[in-house]
Amino acid sequence: MVFIIIIYRQGKAKQSNLHSFPLLPSFFLTFLSKRSLFLYIYIFLNFLVKNKLIKEMVITTTIPDSGEQLQPTFASRYVRTAVPKYKMPADPIPKEAAYQIINDELMLDGTPRLNLASFVTTWMEPECEKLMMAAINKNYVDMDEYPVTTELQNRCVNMIARLFNAPVGETDTAVGVGTVGSSEAIMLAGLAFKRKWQTKRKLEGKPYDKPNIVTGANVQVCWEKFARYFEVDLKEVKLSEGYYVMDPVKAVEMVDENTICVAAILGSTLTGEFENVKLLNELLTKKNKETGWDTPIHVDAASGGFIAPFIYPNLEWDFRLPLVKSINVSGHKYGLVYPGVGWVIWRTKEDLPEDLIFHINYLGSDQPTFTLNFSKGSSQIIAQYYQFVRLGFEGYKNVMENCLENARVLKEGIEKTGLFNIVSKEDGVPLVAFSLKDSSKYDVFEISGSLRRFGWIVPAYTMPPNAEHIAVLRVVIREDFSRALAERLISDIEKVMKEMETHPIRVSTKTAHVTATVDETQDGDDGGKKHIKKSARETPEEIATYWRKLVAGKRTGIC
Amino acid sequence: MVLSKPASDSDLSMLATSASRYVRDSLPRYEMPENSIPKEAAYQIIHDELLLDFKPKLNLASFVTTLMEPECDKLIMESINKNYVDMDEYPVTTELHNRCVNMIARLFHTPLEKSEDAIGVGTVGSSEAIMLAGLAFKRKWQNKRKAEGKPFDKPNIVTGANVQVCWEKFARYFEVELKEVKVTEGYYVMDPAKAVEMVDENTICVAAILGSTYNGEFEDVKLLNDLLLEKNKQTGWDTPIHVDAASGGFIAPFIYPELEWDFRLPLVKSINVSGHKYGLVYAGIGWNIWRSKDDLPEELIFHIKYLGAEQSTFTLNFSKGSSQIIAQYYQLIRLGQEGYKNIMENCHENAMVLKEGLEKTGCFEILSKDDGVPVVAFSLKNKKGGHDEFEVSEMLRRYGWIVPAYPMPADAQHVIVLRVVIRAEFSRTLAERLVHDITTVLHELEKLPPKLNNEGKEVHVNVEENWSNGVVSKRKSDLETQREITTYWKNYVSAQKEIKRQKVMAS
Repeated sequence: MVFIIIIYRQGKAKQSNLHSFPLLPSFFLTFLSKRSLFLYIYIFLNFLVKNKLIKEMVITTTIPDSGEQLQPTFASRYVRTAVPKYKMPADPIPKEAAYQIINDELMLDGTPRLNLASFVTTWMEPECEKLMMAAINKNYVDMDEYPVTTELQNRCVNMIARLFNAPVGETDTAVGVGTVGSSEAIMLAGLAFKRKWQTKRKLEGKPYDKPNIVTGANVQVCWEKFARYFEVDLKEVKLSEGYYVMDPVKAVEMVDENTICVAAILGSTLTGEFENVKLLNELLTKKNKETGWDTPIHVDAASGGFIAPFIYPNLEWDFRLPLVKSINVSGHKYGLVYPGVGWVIWRTKEDLPEDLIFHINYLGSDQPTFTLNFSKGSSQIIAQYYQFVRLGFEGYKNVMENCLENARVLKEGIEKTGLFNIVSKEDGVPLVAFSLKDSSKYDVFEISGSLRRFGWIVPAYTMPPNAEHIAVLRVVIREDFSRALAERLISDIEKVMKEMETHPIRVSTKTAHVTATVDETQDGDDGGKKHIKKSARETPEEIATYWRKLVAGKRTGIC
Repeated sequence: MVLSKPASDSDLSMLATSASRYVRDSLPRYEMPENSIPKEAAYQIIHDELLLDFKPKLNLASFVTTLMEPECDKLIMESINKNYVDMDEYPVTTELHNRCVNMIARLFHTPLEKSEDAIGVGTVGSSEAIMLAGLAFKRKWQNKRKAEGKPFDKPNIVTGANVQVCWEKFARYFEVELKEVKVTEGYYVMDPAKAVEMVDENTICVAAILGSTYNGEFEDVKLLNDLLLEKNKQTGWDTPIHVDAASGGFIAPFIYPELEWDFRLPLVKSINVSGHKYGLVYAGIGWNIWRSKDDLPEELIFHIKYLGAEQSTFTLNFSKGSSQIIAQYYQLIRLGQEGYKNIMENCHENAMVLKEGLEKTGCFEILSKDDGVPVVAFSLKNKKGGHDEFEVSEMLRRYGWIVPAYPMPADAQHVIVLRVVIRAEFSRTLAERLVHDITTVLHELEKLPPKLNNEGKEVHVNVEENWSNGVVSKRKSDLETQREITTYWKNYVSAQKEIKRQKVMAS
């Protein structure tokens, strides 16, 4: 602006009546504050208009039109009108405003880094973020157009298969696919088992309409989903107090001729414990020999698949066991990639029925695909390859050791309070699950609620059937959860506990009531008795249903 | 020599990336490398290899959005580490998802009150959406049959042969028989009359396509609805309709608001649409909307509680990023109906420019319709010297264009088309440039000798001959050689067809 004025002065200063305006020397303009400078320019322009030196104030007439660009976002009308919720707005709004509106509302979401409920990676190196952003507009299924991306996926499959000791030659390609997450991976694996079992039964001339699958009751909700959507009966091995994973003996007992597979979990979502796959394999081999059924094993290593090979290389849980036919692992958990990538690896080509595969030809070579999704971004697959190449075996090992070390620090800190029982095991996925020793005064759900005030998201939930009277808090230690954060969390838990101890909380008495009334009301309903004191009863009843639903929801909410 | 050692060990803080040993070692392909490498090196290695991928923007094969505004890119990057399923932790993201569902449902004229929540889900793409929709139809049909005491083990679904490969996938994975209505030359979409004829008591639904992937044509959903209503009345079967509006769902409401294809038709029970096609979001988002709660069987829904409010989920995937959902909401409120309309009109306009340019060359027959998804599908009028559409496609690649060639679906397989998808980011300059390059390619083809003289192929034929006959034939008559070559090409083309059929529809 100043520049223009100076030029203007030089050009027009010759005209006589301009001298009547108090023109400031150009260097003096730099001393003026912004506001007074504008005022000066305004007066100057007005002067020019009055003296007919310029026809009109061109600048002022353009202002109303381009107002949206001149005004700061929060001075615009867009932040004043209601945000469209049900119907698409009729008119466009500037991109800056759209960005700001959405960005501001998203501030109310929890901070991903402080979300201790989830295994999902929340931090990656900026170099990798750059790669991801560059690849975000690449459609992963266009294998013909993006051959390198496809190649990177195949390399990831090969690396993971070898990490899991799949019996493949040095330069053989392994059989596996990249998926959106372990859910898709599990559905694909389950589908392969189902189809294989069906084909076998058809050949034998036996009925094939009642397939079932045997798992522990501690499985993630997606197994339940698979069972319901693909019409397979889910047979759950119940847990018992103090033993929160599937008991291989009980599981093998439940296997019958209609069992398509037994699913073992490497890293139970509840306690992070590894199930004894080796024992399961032995027992099942024995049973298979007796009955001739040939029931296979699937290992759901969603969280443990990138822990065990680095920290417990001698633990036999993978393709070293002959009955393990497929393994799934989440790239977005300890594979250290942002959400949206999972992997499923099959032992050999024979374990994946040919009729499930769709063949796509790319650049002259055959590219078999087996997915439930079609179009999706390629970022996550490229990011996974980045992590493999960048970290290598050594890097992954270091990261996992750090996680375990931080888990140990946190565990010791929690034990020191003397108020909790540690439910998780030392060996396993780096997480700390703990329950209250005495929950008569307050329970873990309240502790979880109080921790939220400090910014921490620590979920509380009840154990699956047969152990549902135990409620635990769970903290997942991810790569980005440093020791400093661990110590901070301990001190915040201590603060919360002190508060709980000193202030007798009114809710606590209510919850104690609730557990009692749950059974009562159920009895009442069964007996068909009429409640006389309805009003007094209704309130706890409502609370009971609320909590029951909440608890049920919590169970499915974990990932 | 202590001094030289730390130097060779030193990382990239000392050396330029291309001077380091990391670019000298061969890349790990089969096994995870033993040791870590610096992040700069890892970035550079992967980045450089990815340069060999084609440029997404010049990929005219795909409907999938390749460009968004930098503001939206920023939002996407900020939310890339948010897990969409953690509804408890990220309630606002969940809320934005629900708002998108509501807006899209209203765009499709779902019968709803002013502030009533619509029934729908965000998915990874139309494939997941279609599987969910199909699953809902299957379960509903099963429940009905069970209630009637009739067998429920042989469900089928009726579609046109021009459907995307994911319908085939759904049928195979969920054990539903796929009944395809064959297309004919000159009519490349499902014929409603034939489709309704194929419907029987085991039909879980008829799937109509708004925007056929082959030539962008809209199927006549209204006629289908009328015919099916009549049949339902006669038989009492109550067969519903699903509309696969993957590509047309964001076109029709803006350009052809009068066209009745959506929930205004009573038999349409669910609609899927791809957010990453004309919804103008990067790959990884689709939507499926149901007409009402009754059309989605309760037992398929998993209930998750968040912050005291109930959240029902019906998805095949679990953990995934939230970026695409947030990006979809950004586009919906940033552009509004006017913005979407302008963009779709631009696409249509550019499609017309391209179409006219191609017509002017006089060598092509246009198979796409003016009304429909902005796609230009065209085939060669006469194949001089045996040069076909596959060759044109191959030669365009050298100019950087990806224009796929593929045969039409069953009963019109002999027709081969080239298809150009006009996306929002395909400007008029690019359209004109493409016409120019196609003309150049045509001239080049004319100069090329006819295909029959191709040496490599002849050798191949000879080898086959010797091997199969076991007789050393000194010299075959010209006619015989000709015939051999023809059979070879016929086989080659039919093999290509089979392959292309699945490949081409990429997205």
